[in-house]
Amino acid sequence: MTDQMIAPVRPETVDIDAAIGILKERFPDAVKDDTREGYGGVIVERGQLVEIATVMRDELGFDYLSSATAVDYLGIEDSMEMVYHAYRTTGGSPLVFKAQTPRENSSVPSLIDIWPGVDFQEREAYDLYGIAFPGHPNQKRILMWEGFNGHPMRKDWKEAYYEEEHKPFDSRWPKGMVRRAEELNVYGKNVEYPADFDLSRLSDDTESSLYAGMGLGVNVEALDNTDELKTDRLVVNLGPHHPSTHGVFRMVVTLNGETIETLEPVMGYLHRNHEQIGERNAWLYNMAFTDRLDYICSMSNNLGYALAVEQLMSRGMRYTPPTYRAEVIRVLMVELTRIVNHLWAIGFLLNDLGAFFTPALYAIAEREKILDFFEATAGSRLMCNYMRFGGVFKDLPERIHSTASLLNDKVRDFDTMQYITELITEALPRAVDELDRFLTDSEIVKTRTIGVGYLPAETAIAYSAAGPLLRGSGVAYDVRRAEPYSIYPELDFDVAVRYNGDIYDRYLIRIDEMRESLRILKQILPRLEHTKGESFFAGNKAVYMPRVALGEAYGRVENPKGELGYYVVSQGDPKGPQNPWRYHVRAPSFINLTALGQMCKGQKVADVVAILGSIDIVLGETDR
Amino acid sequence: MSSLDLRQLHDTEFPIPDEMQGNLAITSLSKVYNWSRRSSVWPMLFGLACCAIEMIATAAARYDTARFGMEVMRASPRQSDLMIVSGTVTKKMVVPIVRLYNQMPEPKYVLAMGACASGGGPFKEGYNVVSGIDQYVPVDVYVPGCPPTPQALINGLIALQKKIDGQSLANMDDVPWYGVGPSDPVPIPILGPDIIDPRQMGLIRQQAMAAAAGQPYGLRELPTVPMKIVSKTASAAGMVEVDAISVVDEAAEADRKARRQDAVARKRAFLAKS
Ligand code: SF4
Repeated sequence: MTDQMIAPVRPETVDIDAAIGILKERFPDAVKDDTREGYGGVIVERGQLVEIATVMRDELGFDYLSSATAVDYLGIEDSMEMVYHAYRTTGGSPLVFKAQTPRENSSVPSLIDIWPGVDFQEREAYDLYGIAFPGHPNQKRILMWEGFNGHPMRKDWKEAYYEEEHKPFDSRWPKGMVRRAEELNVYGKNVEYPADFDLSRLSDDTESSLYAGMGLGVNVEALDNTDELKTDRLVVNLGPHHPSTHGVFRMVVTLNGETIETLEPVMGYLHRNHEQIGERNAWLYNMAFTDRLDYICSMSNNLGYALAVEQLMSRGMRYTPPTYRAEVIRVLMVELTRIVNHLWAIGFLLNDLGAFFTPALYAIAEREKILDFFEATAGSRLMCNYMRFGGVFKDLPERIHSTASLLNDKVRDFDTMQYITELITEALPRAVDELDRFLTDSEIVKTRTIGVGYLPAETAIAYSAAGPLLRGSGVAYDVRRAEPYSIYPELDFDVAVRYNGDIYDRYLIRIDEMRESLRILKQILPRLEHTKGESFFAGNKAVYMPRVALGEAYGRVENPKGELGYYVVSQGDPKGPQNPWRYHVRAPSFINLTALGQMCKGQKVADVVAILGSIDIVLGETDR
Repeated sequence: MSSLDLRQLHDTEFPIPDEMQGNLAITSLSKVYNWSRRSSVWPMLFGLACCAIEMIATAAARYDTARFGMEVMRASPRQSDLMIVSGTVTKKMVVPIVRLYNQMPEPKYVLAMGACASGGGPFKEGYNVVSGIDQYVPVDVYVPGCPPTPQALINGLIALQKKIDGQSLANMDDVPWYGVGPSDPVPIPILGPDIIDPRQMGLIRQQAMAAAAGQPYGLRELPTVPMKIVSKTASAAGMVEVDAISVVDEAAEADRKARRQDAVARKRAFLAKS
């Protein structure tokens, strides 16, 4: 009885250090602290990975595996490792654990049975690093095509246009000599073929390997023995060129009549090697590339990356955190971006429901006004490239010129504060109310969306869903509250949550979130006035090209589409030119798609596009 | 041109009797033909990457491509006249793109929107990126930018209209679909160990043979004269003087400078006037 009287600590609530302590106690041989300089978390013996992961999930309460990625330490340790970040959906910082494997015949047991959300991430690690995942039921390439030569993210793999490991390239700077890469390549193209390439046995097996194992064909006997309507199984390809896939996404659907039996997402049609290019770039250069991840929300992508690198910088000397005004401006931009994204998402969800382009037109009209402000501030409508490590690169302008019809259609010259105040207090609330008024009670929207694409809370967590998809299923998890960053702790807002887990609730969540964003923005306005004239950038320009300490960092933000995380590893010479050793993006659109097949099973084929629309993916981020 | 303005169409010397003025116009067939084509260019509903967002913004209320008769975006290549390649072309995606291009009926046009579609853009060095769609299909208009603003895209669309205007029915080279027949389909690339352009089969075979014989393969002899991009002197920025032969054509350079000065002078004059 005494046990209960001292109120035993529940292991699922202990903090990270205590959790690691419990793990080390349970598995003294298999769990070790990661003692490398600048690293944290634990290194787990890969033979016992599954067992240990089970304990983490079931006993320690880390029910949400956010990110899983591989790192190749060629030349440093001659091993590769898988890095996992696990969270509790009740909030708090991540438990980081790693499993190491030799580079030859590399393999790490699959965690798909513990956290099904690692499905695509393990396939990606297999595709790009060649790590095998015994236990994974569908270990195929995901971004590149089946038959591609090699695993391109390995450090010893060189692309056809390879020049040097680090940018800026010595050949180009400062001497200014340049040979166009095409001129050096004998094919004049970005291609290279292996030396033992046998043209006589050329076969394009990308498609056949896709269709194999889908269980096609008809079982005639089974058909004869039922009284039901005799139907053939049919394979339908939606995409990569399809008006409703929001880009170049492809779904291979098997239909029985009109009902979906299986749905296999096929991606990689926009795989533009973001991570590999990022590892050749200096730290700063990647900022511009993050714009092109989720190209609707460039501002919030910037923030996540800035946070990750600032974490690394803060471990070195001579680091000044971003100024208060910088943080205020950042939150202003990020919340406006959230509204941009949700307007866009709702407009195009309606597109997917069949209301072709008219709702989208209304949504985009409001978005243009925000883009005008972005353009006046950052110089570009879409690819803002606005944030820097330590702040932002430019203060808000005094005045902005805009064609926005806040009052009428003339090109006008506004005072910036007046413009955004009007935007935040009048134009945007009006737009949100308008969408709400026209859509929320619409008979057609309701019939098409209520109860469709159901995703229960447990499944959403298991599949590592994030953002509106997770919160629409009744899990109130928002990084801004779970592990706050920037000035969110001092801001007053609620985490929007809905409980039915269908398309309609995901739509409502977006409306709610826009209202919450407006609430935040209204608190930002006085802070902007208040800090006027203060510094918007900490330190001097030298911070633009930072020298960061050795080690790893994981920065994450609540992007409009879900949790966006950047895992960066620095192994650079602290004196020389530096670029990330590893630069990984935990892309919400990519991981949210893991649940798509599950949600679509048993639905009608016409609902697939609506379900996809309700996840709100963007291909730049999915395929990276 | 929303309705047919007869006075504009009438471009021949042929005298029209007074009582028929305003009811009758005499013009060339090419002109009517081109006028109707340029005012109803239907683009394919087809977005690749970030540039597609700006393409949608261009089609939306504020920029409104309906003014050019281009608002009808067709999802099917069979009904479209113009393919706006709006974004990064990857090796995996170029296969469907070429297939779509082949399925478009003639006359068909291709507009490369943005840095990526024109030449690979910021992602050019990537292992899965094609350095510009013009490596596979012919391009009519290039629009620079990353992404091009809607204004820039509209400028590109107007350039395309001008191109259509310039095509004459009298010249079968301009309208080959009436003369020599439809153009040959572009061979579809194959996804092997890397992407294979069937038009390069001979070259690939040659290289494979060289590799088998142990000879160097895959790389081209370096051109003797590297291109000189920056031509600063040592004193100007403390940089090393590049000791390669300059490839800058002096006469062309002088010509360019003169034209630029002219343009600046014109602009000044204009500004002074207004
Ligand atoms: S040109 Fe720029 S904006 Fe356009 S697709 Fe390429 S990266 Fe994106």
